[in-house]
Parts: sequence; C-alpha cells; structure tokens
Amino acid sequence: MKYFVSLLIGVVIGAGLFALGFYSNPFMSQTAISPLAVTNEQVLDLSFSAVPQEGILYTDAGDSVVLPHPKRVTKLLEPAVSDTRIFVTELQDAGGRFTGIGFKFSSRSEQTRLFKGEALANSVWHIYLPGRGTLMIDQTENYWPYIREVRIPARVSSGENWRGAFHSVMTNGPSALGTARVTGGSGLYANLESEAVESLTARGYSALQGPISMTGNLTITLPRVAAK
Amino acid sequence: MRSSPNLTKLGYQPGRTSLHQLRHRVTRLFKTLIFGIFLGALGAGAAVYFVPAVDLHRERSLVAVQPNGGNLERFQINLPRDRILVGLPGVDDSIPAGLNWPGQELLGDMQAEAFIVRDANNSVVAVASRLASSSEETGPFIEWVIHFPARGTMYVQMELIPAADGFRNGVLRTGTRDFLAITGSVREQFVSEVADGDVQGRIVLEAALVAPLGEDE
Repeated sequence: MKYFVSLLIGVVIGAGLFALGFYSNPFMSQTAISPLAVTNEQVLDLSFSAVPQEGILYTDAGDSVVLPHPKRVTKLLEPAVSDTRIFVTELQDAGGRFTGIGFKFSSRSEQTRLFKGEALANSVWHIYLPGRGTLMIDQTENYWPYIREVRIPARVSSGENWRGAFHSVMTNGPSALGTARVTGGSGLYANLESEAVESLTARGYSALQGPISMTGNLTITLPRVAAK
Repeated sequence: MRSSPNLTKLGYQPGRTSLHQLRHRVTRLFKTLIFGIFLGALGAGAAVYFVPAVDLHRERSLVAVQPNGGNLERFQINLPRDRILVGLPGVDDSIPAGLNWPGQELLGDMQAEAFIVRDANNSVVAVASRLASSSEETGPFIEWVIHFPARGTMYVQMELIPAADGFRNGVLRTGTRDFLAITGSVREQFVSEVADGDVQGRIVLEAALVAPLGEDE
C-alpha cells in the first residue's frame, strides 16, 4: 500500500512539474512585432475594442465567462457551431474615427498543438468600410500567449483578475510569413489580394467576466492600385 | 527502546527489523517516488502531445454529384429562428432587441444580417453574414461569408438582379481550408411559403463547387 501511495504522490508531483515547465517554457512565445512592420506597401490600420460588451454583438455557446451581448442574442448551441464565436464591432481608424464595421467568425482549430504552444483558432473577418468597399480576411490565430500571460494569471490570482500590459500578434497564418490572407470584394478593394495581421493589446481581464480593457488592431497592406 | 510512530509506519519493529532493513525499505520507497515523478511527467507530456485538444463536430455532408462534374450542396436558413442579427438603416428595426446598430448616418443604406445555416436535413452546419448595399461610392453589392467551423469559409459575391427562376446567382470569390482551391457558383432564393412549424420563410443556398483537376505527373 505504502509503495502505491508513494507512486501516486510521485505521479502527481511529476505531472505538476511538467505543467510548471510547460507553462514557463520561454521558447513558446508569439512575436509582438508585426511581420508587416517593414512592408513598403501602404497600410490600412483598423482598431476596435476587443471587449465583447463594448462591441455591437457577441455570441457563442454560452459556456464561457463572457456573456452574450445583447442579452437576447441567439446562442450557438448546436454541436457543429458550439466551438464558434461571432463578434460584430465598429472599426476605427488611427484617429479613433468610425471607419466601418466588421463581422468576425472564430472557431477553435483542430490543428491546435498545445505541446508546441499553439492554441489555434480559424477566424475570418467580413468587413465593410463605407466609401471604400468590402474585404474578407482569413487567418489562423494563436491564443496560447494570451492564455498564458493573461487568462491563467487572472484565474490563479486571489482577486480573479489580471491587470498589466500585454501585446501580441495573434495572427500566425495561413501565409508563409505568418500573415493573414486578404481578399477584396467590392469598391476600391475589388480584386484586391493582400496580407494582414491582427494584434491584441490587453490591460485588464477578469476571470469572472472576461476582457475588461482590451483593444484589437488589424493592419492590412494595400497595394498601390487599391490604396488610391 | 520504543519505536516512534513514523518508523513503525515504515515497517520498523524493534527487535525484529534491523536498521539496515529499514534503510533498504526507505530507499525503495524513495525510488518508487522518483519513478512516480518520472511517470507523471511522461504521462502528462504524452497526454498533451497525443490527446487532441479540439475535436469539432461534423455533420455528414449531403452532396449530389453534378452531371458535368463537381458537386452540389444545398443549405437553408429558417426564418425567423436562424436569424442572429439584422442591421438596417433604420436603427429601430434592428434585431436582436437592444442592438446598438450604427445606422444610416455611419453606414448609409448598408444592410447586414447574420444567420445560422443548416444543411438539407435541417442540421446546423455553419454561421454566415450577408452584407448588401446600393451605395454609389462603393458600387452596389451583395455578399455572403459562410463559415463552416470544421470545413472552412466561402466568400460569395451575388448578382444584384435575381434570375427569372427566382434564384439570385453568385460566384465563389474565394474560400479557405476545404474551399481554398475550389471554384464554383452559389445561388440564393427566398422562399416565403414554408409548411414547417414556426418557420415563416426560408433562404435557400445552393453551392455548385468544382475541385481542380489533379496535377499532371
């Protein structure tokens, strides 16, 4: 019996040590610098509040800490869409002026490999910019740095919240340089094929309510023709 | 000499167990602990590596083969049940209740809708957004983005005027993942008379998709 208890204690300690090493592995990190930071192309910067309650609409299966917004929005309860979130938000330019509206569909990805520090989501943006046109952005996002540096610290803190400074490029594909694929639809962006990167800046998170202070940013390169 | 309770737990019995035997037992216990630590770390690592973190639900695809190649899939949206969002120029008409829609001042006459999408068996398979505008600045457009969590996304551009058969035709502008290298067309039709419980209307989407031929060897 005592050998079994000793083995069991050892297994628990071993699993704990693995979790600690896994969590603090410095090699599992996402870059904070956008791959488009050195592009020669003109770029379009769009920012938005990543706090669901400050957006136009947010819905998911209703099993997360983030409440659907508005309250009476349809929840995505069916099995095929229960790992999907819909976020609709106003988009602002660098000066904080209204620029357009974006629909973001985001689903957990089966390509997720936690061992490699990848908690992936497949997401698409459907964007309308009045006076300019429409776009679709296709990307895979890696949420592991956000989970590791914001959500877990919030969960383990005594007050169940996190305050600090977090900034990370969320996009890590599907393009070779880790950028998102942009396809233009109408207006100035008809026939546009381009790249984009989404980043997230967080300052406050509650384990009970979700994001408290968080902004997102979309950087889209515009080839010369589309930029005019 | 009376043995302490801790030594007794380790199997030490005065007069019957030598200190050498006790040391041997403690060493074996310690080795068991070390082996357990190794086993725990290895097991946790194996679990993280081999157990899939995400396993998405898939409905069986209901595909009909077209006589000229490619396949045909039919999807439907039951109204009003599958409506997630309606954003209209008149702010008061927006759905769901409490939606803070930007309205005409900022978005002009643009109409935005978001839906749950079902397959021909009425099983939910996707979510979608539909944007439409007749703005002169951007040029009029009607677009769908249909997001299938386990398959990929279709970005579809529709013609403005419906055809004589009641369908509005459109082309697959691009796709992601399973739809990445696919070409084809998508057409939509609004069916107002539906005999199906509380369903007051239905949007039917038919996707005729063709995969590229394999590369020549």
